[in-house]
Order: sequence, then C-alpha cells, then structure tokens
Amino acid sequence: MPISDPTRRIFLTGLAATLALPAQALTQSDARALIDRVMGEVQGIINSGASESRMIRQFEDLFARLADVTAISRSVLGPPARSASAGQLSAFATAFRGYMARKYGRQFRRFAGAQAEVTGAREVQSFWEVISTMTLRGEAPFEVRWHVSDRSGQILFFNLIIEGVNLLAAERQEIGTMLERRGGNIDRMIADLQQAG
Amino acid sequence: MTLFARLLCVVLLLALAACAAPMPPAGANDPFEAANRAQFDANLRLMGGGDSAPRPSPLRRRVINLGDTLGLPSTIANDVLQLRPHHAVENALRLAINATIGLGGLFDPASRVGVHGRRSDFGETLHRWGIEEGAYLVLPLVGPSNQRDALGMAVDLAIDPLRFVLPSRDYGWSLALRGAGRVASAVENADLLDANVIATADPYAQARLLYQQTRRYHLGIASEDDVIDPYADF
Repeated sequence: MPISDPTRRIFLTGLAATLALPAQALTQSDARALIDRVMGEVQGIINSGASESRMIRQFEDLFARLADVTAISRSVLGPPARSASAGQLSAFATAFRGYMARKYGRQFRRFAGAQAEVTGAREVQSFWEVISTMTLRGEAPFEVRWHVSDRSGQILFFNLIIEGVNLLAAERQEIGTMLERRGGNIDRMIADLQQAG
Repeated sequence: MTLFARLLCVVLLLALAACAAPMPPAGANDPFEAANRAQFDANLRLMGGGDSAPRPSPLRRRVINLGDTLGLPSTIANDVLQLRPHHAVENALRLAINATIGLGGLFDPASRVGVHGRRSDFGETLHRWGIEEGAYLVLPLVGPSNQRDALGMAVDLAIDPLRFVLPSRDYGWSLALRGAGRVASAVENADLLDANVIATADPYAQARLLYQQTRRYHLGIASEDDVIDPYADF
C-alpha cells in the first residue's frame, strides 16, 4: 500500500503525535505523592523490627515496584549498556536490584525512628526533584533529594541524593571499576555483583 | 589610550576573570593521584579493622561533644570572616549553652533545643572569597582534602581564637581533644565508611567522590552538570 493513501497517512500522523507527546505530563503532586509513599514504606520496613535478611527482601521488592530499575541499571552500566544483549541487561538489572537492596537497605536502618517529610519539589531538566527532610532525634535535620520521572510509562524514582551524595554517581563509579577489573566482561561482573553489597 | 578605552579593558578583563572563575570540573581534578593513593592506603592501615557498626558508647559521645565545642571558636571566627552574622550568632549560642549547661562541652544540650550550629573552616572562607578547590589531596591522618582546604586547615591552626586565650600547653591539649573527637566520630560512622568506601571495588575513587560531593554540598556549590538524567542516554 502506498504511503500516500489518506487513511494510512492520517494513521501514521496520529501515531507520530502519540509517540512524541506523553499522554499526560508528570505533575509536582504526582512526584511528591510517590516519594511520600516510598518514605512511608521505608519507615514501615525499618521500624518493623524484622530480621536483616527479611528487610533486605522487602527493600528489593520496594525497588522493584517504585524505582525505575531498568533506567538505573542502564545508567550505571554506562556506554557498555549499548553493546550489551537484552538478556545481559535484564540479568544485570536483577543483580543490581538485589545489590542495591543489600547495600542501601542496611544503611537505611540508620533512619529508624526518623521523622521524614517532603519539604519541596522543583523541575530539573526533564524530571522532578522532590526534596525531603529527615530528622533523627537530637540531631541536625538532613536532606534527601529524590529524582522522579514517568518516562518509563509509570511514575518511578531513579536516583537519590543524601546530603549531596549521589547514588547514581557512586554506582557508576563502582560498576565502571568492576567492569574494568574484569576486562569489560559483563557476565563475570554480573556474577560477582550477586555476591556484593 | 583614552580613559574610556582603559575602562573598557578593565571591564573586559573582569568579565574574563568571571568566566574563568568557579564551576567545578566534571571529572576529578587529581594530578597527584599516585601519591594520594599511597597516602590513602597508609591512612587506611592506620585505621585498622573495626568495620562493623559499633554500639553507641556514652564515653565516645562525650569525646565527640568535647571536640565539637573546642572547634566552635574557630568556626565562629570564620563565620565572621565570611560576613555571615547569623551563622556566627547561632554557633556562639551553641558554644555558650554547651560550655555552661553542657558542663564544659561534655554534653550537647544545645542540639536538644535545636541549636545545631553549622561547622565552618578557613577552606570555606577561601571559597567565599572566590578561591577554587584546586587539586584533590589526601593528607596524612586527616584524609581527603584539596589544595584550598589544606591551606585553610593551616590558616585555621594559626588563627584559632583559642590559641590566643589558652596557655600554649592547654592549647596543645585542646587540639589533641579535637583530634580525638574526629576519631571518635569516625568510629561512630564506621559502618557507613565500610559500606560506601572500604567494601567497594576502588575505595580510593569512592572516597574521592564522596569527599568532593559532601564538601561541595556543604559549601552550597550546585552544578547542573552533576545532574544525571538516565533517560537522556537512551
């Protein structure tokens, strides 16, 4: 069928328009609502008094539902993500999710009993940065910033910055070193990542 | 050259200087990496083991509080040099409360009433005066720093108000206590250091990143270049 066919042309134009424009822009209140929910769930996990291994499983589940693990893992992999196979990317995403839960879930336990509240939000480039304040009794409040996007089709967070310390930046450095030490072998790096954190 | 032409030259030079000023580089400015790595390893060996989360210890708390209180006069002097009267007042209030009700700095009642204070040093004063951080440095015992902050430490030792108030022997003790406070607080945070630095593939690189990020955050340097947008990559 030739492209000049009117119905087909209209269909293609319509398709292009749908692809170019997101169905609905992510609003500030969507982004804040997600972080309220994430912080609520984190508080629930760390204040539950469950065993460490159980908490880590709960954190992994939280990341799977509320974080854009696909985008995070592609980003920390950096340029090698482009030459990786779909199978490698998905194996890495799964390994990285577990590693994040072990490494950061353990550290989140420090925030047990903390008061957490969303104090602001601002638009940065193509996403929202939600600013939250954590207060531990008797200590100076500190700031955690969450980066939220709906580019995956769902409203998910993809980065957190604790008092200036950027999770994606740290993990890009970490995964970069791990890959380099293994001569760029993604499969070996994935196998070792399953033991790390 | 006419007066106008000379003025124009001055304005252009100032504009050029302004362009060349702040904005930290994206990568790490680390021309002394080999020497820094050697010093980093030496510092780590000195710290020894102790990688698990320590139990809270009242004695350790006292040492941390004492070191904090003894560092306040120096912080206040820098607040004044930075023309930040509100910081100077808050830190002075903290000093007054903890030195008296806090029994000479052993306890921290100021934090209980929300007077947390804000640490400062001559490195920050230099930053406020427009000096860039320069190359990354790992100092003996002290650890991660940079050229500006290392110079700042030396100046802080020279201009510490306590030096002019206390007899030199006592001033020596106050420095030792501040050092002990730093060690005690490092012990308190050993689990964080372990997870984010020691246990990583390249502890040196992670410590460098961590120092630069926390330092720039404390100084209020935010660069849009540091924003990571994973959706822009693919």
